[in-house]
Parts: sequence; C-alpha cells; structure tokens
Amino acid sequence: MSATPPRHRRLGAIVKTTAVRLSALYLLLFGLCAVLVVFYMNSLAAGFFMNETRAAIEQELRSLDSIYQRNGMRALIVAIDRRARAPGAFVYLVADPAGRILTGNVRALEPGVLDTPGWTRRPFAYEKFRAHAEYGPQPHAVANIFLFENGMHVLVGRDLGEPERFQVIVRRALVLALGLMALGGLLIWFFIGRRALRRIDAVSAASAGIVAGDLGRRLPVTAAGDEFDRLSASLNAMLGRIETLNDGLREVSDSIAHDLKTPLTRLRNRAEQALRGRDGEAGYRDALEDMIGEADQLIGVFNAMLQISRVEAGYTRFTPAPVDLAAVAAELAELYEPLVEDAGGHLDNRASGPLVVDGNRELIGQAVTNLIDNALKYGLGAGGGTVMLDGRADVAGGRVELLVCDDGDGIAQADRERAVRRFERLDESRTAPGSGLGLSLVDAIMRQHGGELRLEDNEPGLCAVLSFPAAGP
Amino acid sequence: MTAAMKVLIIEDDPQAAAYLKKALGEAGHNADLAHDGDDGYAMASAGAYDALIVDRMLPGRDGLSVLAQLRAEDDRTPVLILSALGEVDDRVTGLRAGGDDYLTKPYAFSELLARLEVLQRRSGGDDGETAYRVADLELDRLSRRVTRAGRDITLQPREFRLLEYLMRNAGRVVTRTMLLEHVWDYHFDPQTNVIDVHVSRLRAKIEKGFDKPLLHTVRGAGYVMRGQ
Repeated sequence: MSATPPRHRRLGAIVKTTAVRLSALYLLLFGLCAVLVVFYMNSLAAGFFMNETRAAIEQELRSLDSIYQRNGMRALIVAIDRRARAPGAFVYLVADPAGRILTGNVRALEPGVLDTPGWTRRPFAYEKFRAHAEYGPQPHAVANIFLFENGMHVLVGRDLGEPERFQVIVRRALVLALGLMALGGLLIWFFIGRRALRRIDAVSAASAGIVAGDLGRRLPVTAAGDEFDRLSASLNAMLGRIETLNDGLREVSDSIAHDLKTPLTRLRNRAEQALRGRDGEAGYRDALEDMIGEADQLIGVFNAMLQISRVEAGYTRFTPAPVDLAAVAAELAELYEPLVEDAGGHLDNRASGPLVVDGNRELIGQAVTNLIDNALKYGLGAGGGTVMLDGRADVAGGRVELLVCDDGDGIAQADRERAVRRFERLDESRTAPGSGLGLSLVDAIMRQHGGELRLEDNEPGLCAVLSFPAAGP
Repeated sequence: MTAAMKVLIIEDDPQAAAYLKKALGEAGHNADLAHDGDDGYAMASAGAYDALIVDRMLPGRDGLSVLAQLRAEDDRTPVLILSALGEVDDRVTGLRAGGDDYLTKPYAFSELLARLEVLQRRSGGDDGETAYRVADLELDRLSRRVTRAGRDITLQPREFRLLEYLMRNAGRVVTRTMLLEHVWDYHFDPQTNVIDVHVSRLRAKIEKGFDKPLLHTVRGAGYVMRGQ
C-alpha cells in the first residue's frame, strides 16, 4: 500500500478521482455552453450584416432608379459603368434579354441567377473583373435583380467576402478558445486530481499504520479545513472511540487475569491438596464438590463478563416486548420475601402498575434480582433492615423507573461511579462473596434497554434506580 | 423411579459426547452417539429414541435444522438442545425450532439428567391428571386442595404451584433452575439460595407433624419428591 505505484497506474488513479471526473464534466458542459453562445452571436451578427447589406443595395437601387427615370437607359448604363469602377464598389451587372453581360464589374455568374427578378434567395458565386490576382475561393454575393420591360436585367449586389472572412475568424477563435479550455482543464485535472490523491495517500498511509496496531495514530488534518479535513476529523473521532473500546478490552483482560485466575488457582490448589491428602474417598468427594462449586462460580463470572462485553460492543440479541415493571417487581418480591425474612430483614414492595417498558422480562428480572441480592448482601445490617421496591413513571420526562432501596450503610457519593464499574468491589465488600460483576451486569442490561442504572442516596442507605425510556405508543 | 431411557446424543466433540454417554449409562440410561448433523438425523429418524440431546453447532448441518426436519416429519421425540449460545433470543429460537428444553454449555450433568428425565415424561404433553398423590400427600388440581393423611394443608398460590410441579415429577430430581423456570417463569441461574428458602417453607408445611419425609434434598442437584 505504501509502495509508489507505477507511473501509468498513478495516472489511471488520477483519472479515476472524483475531482477529475467532475472537472471533465464541468469542462464538457462549459465548452458546450461556449459553443452555443458563439454560434448564437455569430448568427445574430450575420443577420445584422445581411440586413445592412440589403438596405445598402436598396438605397443604391433607388439612386439608380432615379437616374433611369430622369435620363433613360443610356444614362443608367453609363452611371453603372462608372460606379462599377469605383473602389469598394457594389456588384453591378447589366445584361440583355439573352443574359449576355453588357456592362458592370462581373465577368461571369452562376447560371440561373438572372432568371428570377427580385432578391436572390441565397448567396451566389460570381467572377469579378480585375480580380485575377485573387486565388482565394470564389467570391459570393447577394443581389437584387431588376427586370426592365425591354428584357434588360440590372443586378445590384454586394460581395459577401467581408462577412465570410469574419465567420472564418470567429470559427478560428472558437477552435482556439476551446483548445485552450481543454488544455487548462487538463492541467486543472492533473493538479487537483493529484492533490486529492496525495491527501488520500496520506490518509491511506495513516490507516495502514493504525491497522498495523498503532491505535494512537490519527489521520492527518491540515489547516485547510476542507472536506478531507472534515472526513479525517470524523474518522479520528471514530478512532478515538475504538481506542477507548480497546482500552476497555485491555482493562477486561487485566481483570480476567485477576478475577478468573484467583478462583482457578484455588481450584487447582484444592485438587492438589486432595491428591496429597489421605482422607480416603470422603476427602476426595469433598474436594471434588468444592471444585465443582469453584467451577460454577467461574462460569457465572464468565457469563456475566460475556454479557457485559456484548453490550459494550453494541452486540446484543433480544426482541423487545412490553414488560410491566410493576408485575416484575411483584413476582420478584414474592420470590425474595422468604429469603429477606430469613436474613432478618423485611421486603416492602410499593411498586404499583402498570409501568410498561419495551424490553425483555428475563433480563429485567435478572437485573432486579441482582439488585435485591446486593441489598441483601450489603444493605441489611445485623439488626435487620428493609429492602424496598418502588416504581414511578415520569410521563413528562418519558421515563419509567424501578427502584430497589435499602436502609443500610449505602455507598458514598464519591464511590458510586466506581461501584458500577466492571470487577470493581469497594473495599468494604471485599470479604463478601461475589464476582464484583453484579452492578456492572445490571448497568449492562440497562444499557441494552436504552436506559441507565443510577445510584442514589436513600438517607440512609442506597437506592438503585433502573431508569427506562417509556414504552412507545 | 424413572424408567431406563434410550437416548441419542448428537454432539461433535467426541470427548464431551463420550462423557455424556458414560454418565447417562451410570444413571441407568442407554445412549447412542452421532457426531454430525447428517448422521444424527439418519439415526434419529431410524431408531426409536426416548429423547434426543442435540448440540446446536454441528459440522455440516446444524442442530436446529436437524430438529426442524424431524419436527416437519412429525417426529415428536422430546429434544433437549445443548448450546454454547446462551442469549435470551438464542433460547427462544431453539424452542421455536421444536426443542423441548434448552441447556446452555457448560452445564452440570445433574441439571442435564434432571431435565432429560422430566422431558421423557413431558412427551405426552400435559399429563391431564387432576390429582397427584405421593404416599399420603394428595393434591387436587381442580379444587386446589392439598391434604396429608386427610388433614388439610393451607398453601399460598406460589407454594401450591411449587408442590404441584414437584408432585407431578415425583420420583425425579428437579433442579433449582427448573423450579425457577416452571414455578416463577424466569430462566436464569439463581445465584442465591432463594429457591431453597421456598422449598424449606413448603417442606415445613407438608412435613411438620408427620413422621415421614416426602420432599428430599439431593445434594449437588436439587430436590425430589418421593414416598419411600
């Protein structure tokens, strides 16, 4: 990926960039517009020129007509002969009824032009006197032909050489301009495309480094603040998130090392001890039962960890259905009441329903069970105490909450966040049995439900609040 | 007592399968082994088994598709699905495919055995009995009345369901998770002794004042209701 590609591949890559494709499209459209504009203007100019020409021809015809009216045919022919010799003259021709040219500055004419009187329908080719030196294309002209009663033809026209030259110039200018545009476009392609490609190469190189394991690396962000920078910035934010997750994973690995190795060591020690011992079958049996107990504990920790990591990876599987939190509270209160009473406490369920949320009854049940277990473990003092379940619906806030409270020692404000963290066991509880995953598992389940676990002060004691978004209508 | 069962184990891990076969043998049951989905399907449709133990992830063809095909052919043999996939929806999928029970790996053999033996009985569906009797303890499902030696015993609704489930499976071991599933309808592993407390309360009610114990604790497994 980092090796420089062969030159032709690189050019191919440039052609494929979006910048280049867009420039090509712009160039094409712009060129097309330019051509259209030039053609339009050209045809306007041609129309204007033709009108001017006709007006001039008519003016000349009127002047010739007045000579004819006053002095007759002879004077007309003399006048035409004289005018035809003047520099920059019109095209003049006088022909007899048979079409033979009598006078004027035209030596030959496209056949058939004299047959129809009035304006010639299209420019016609003709040959001029005293024009031997001109080897250019045959000149063209437009003309008005007048037919006298005696059959004489008088043609007065104007050479089109000038507007034709103008058209040629316009055409040449157009080709030149288009050529320059194409060249400019090509250069722009090359530089914009190459610049884009260079930025992408930089991003690719950085990504390759990140893929290779340098998770702290970030994509380059220049001062330009362009779309590349915006893209890089969002990707960097994503990388930051990945790095956080990765750190979380490392933290889990460390915790696994500690929290799984400890019971595994105990398991192994127990087996060794049993092998060394001389307690006979009863001794073995005890040891094996202890070991199964340890293994079950390990499986429990393992399952809880799996569930938590799935939630943190955003990968969970359950199909939400309406669950009445009050019903769950009632069922679990009924399940736990004897246990709490045996522990010398009292269980008070004040949740009244329905408190409906979208979720999974099993998982919510598991969360509430964990909280009641915790309340039992840490919330009940020697003199007993009360575990209270309560529910509340905050319609305005769109939240439905289930509370599990105790009136024990509680958790100091500063320690609450730590208590929810994975494997965290507050020092006071180090001696009590448990995986240290209870609250984190509850937290994970709550996040699976789009809700959260909050720890509040019960004055005295602790209130664990399961806060769900209210079920949709 | 539970009758000897003929069980087919469809499990690709030879060690786990052999262990299971041996353990079932020690519990008095006969087990055959199939190591992949195709063999398993062939054996299940050919042999008359009392129950199947099917692993979900098998080489070639997965356990759920074997199960679905058997069910499509109207084979009603009870099936216990074994799986490493333990999420809520995995269980639902397994039961929907036609499984009668779902056990997540790793499992305790006592749990598997208890569930398997209850399954064998369940193959007939609800037994339709209106009353259960274990020694001199009687439970009438219609009048919801419980008597022992003719003396009325007052039970809470949940205690009644607990006793009903235990008596229905009299002679078979039922585990704590099975009780939580069938009496409370929750499918997680109770980490505390929450079930034991309920059982001991029930035990106090049905045994206090009588000399013969009926509800026995099976160490490391669960409980069994037995008259003798």
